[in-house]
Amino acid sequence: MRHLMSPMDFTPEELDRLFDLAENIKDFPAKYAHACDGRILATCFYEPSTRTRLSFEAAMTRLGGRVIGFSDAASSSAAKGESVSDTIRVISAYADICAMRHPKEGAPMVAASRSGIPVINAGDGGHQHPTQTLADLMTIRSLHGKLGNFTIGLCGDLKFGRTVHSLISALVRYEGIRFIFISPEELRVPDYITSMLTEKGIPYEEVIRLENVMPQLDMLYMTRVQKERFFNEEDYVRLKDFYILDTTKLALARPDMLVLHPLPRVNEISVEVDDDPRAAYFKQVEYGMYVRMALILTLLGIEV
Amino acid sequence: MLNVGKIEEGFVLDHIQAGKSMSIYEHLGLAEKDCTVAMIMNARSQVMGKKDILKVECDIETLDLDVLAFIDHNITINVIKNGEIVEKRVLSLPKEVKNVIRCHNPRCITSIEQGLPHIFVLADEEKEIYRCKYCEEKYSEK
Repeated sequence: MRHLMSPMDFTPEELDRLFDLAENIKDFPAKYAHACDGRILATCFYEPSTRTRLSFEAAMTRLGGRVIGFSDAASSSAAKGESVSDTIRVISAYADICAMRHPKEGAPMVAASRSGIPVINAGDGGHQHPTQTLADLMTIRSLHGKLGNFTIGLCGDLKFGRTVHSLISALVRYEGIRFIFISPEELRVPDYITSMLTEKGIPYEEVIRLENVMPQLDMLYMTRVQKERFFNEEDYVRLKDFYILDTTKLALARPDMLVLHPLPRVNEISVEVDDDPRAAYFKQVEYGMYVRMALILTLLGIEV
Repeated sequence: MLNVGKIEEGFVLDHIQAGKSMSIYEHLGLAEKDCTVAMIMNARSQVMGKKDILKVECDIETLDLDVLAFIDHNITINVIKNGEIVEKRVLSLPKEVKNVIRCHNPRCITSIEQGLPHIFVLADEEKEIYRCKYCEEKYSEK
């Protein structure tokens, strides 16, 4: 039985098949509308996450399956002190597949080791959020045409952002990718990532100002810079506007550059950017649902 | 110079970093075994300056040598039979260690899940980096 704990669990070839399936679902939704008739997805969310949970629920519903679950630990047996191992054994008796989000890192892995059904990691603390990475990769592949041979700028909080770390690890497996990391000194990408890039001979540069590199980018992955990550208020005030994408900065970009964001957005992308054809972050949400549909079918071994 | 007699059947752990022998004694669970143990601390060493040595009269096959390798893979093992060295063993870093060290990451599932073994996986052999199997946090002694 197969689970999904990390985006690296699938080889690039397997990911290609997954994305092909997701594209097919997007183009021919009716063909898949009853693929999961009689199947149940359990969404075990030990912490609130409206977006990811709804995406999984929409995915299973569109496949004809049904959804059970809980949306925070307080309304689950975890509040009574039940272990993850026990919970998944119980859930295995009720459902055919489980998507689990947990504030503790590694919890979905523990669940997978005790589970009788496939487990999908829907986010575990600051550790992994593989289906977000799959959504990111799928968006890039669909809108850019291929996974490879592009320059990607990652902007904002590159130190703590798990989506950024996962995306970098997943992208290094493809050819011809150049990274430009745009962040304040305090929030630079961790050393283990830059060491890994150096080791693999993958080109990267680290800059502070977005404007300086904008014309070089094929895509820009934005993340939020949170005030509490700074050591002092002065630095935050000085730097915060560097990491807000507005139409003035976007005017420096190529006409076909893609703007990505894992969402939720607060103010790091001005709403005026939403109408620009380069804004791909809402399409990313849509692709996220299709890739989750493809993932459910793949892990359940259902062929249509 | 302190003299400790020869052992007939068992093994000698040599080149232990000075001060580490007590920790090895504990990790190998030697207190629970019915065997004679001689612990020599701060012995003079040409190579190390100072070193510890453990002489143990028990069957080496009953011990988890992965634990030993994790603590210090530079330790050498001399297996003794009939008072003679019959084998010298060299340790290499184990791929995985179970319940030897604990994950210090407060966000790790091991901090709340009962009965979960603490497992660390060798992530970088050259830099001797172990990461928690669950949260992938790098192990550091605290």
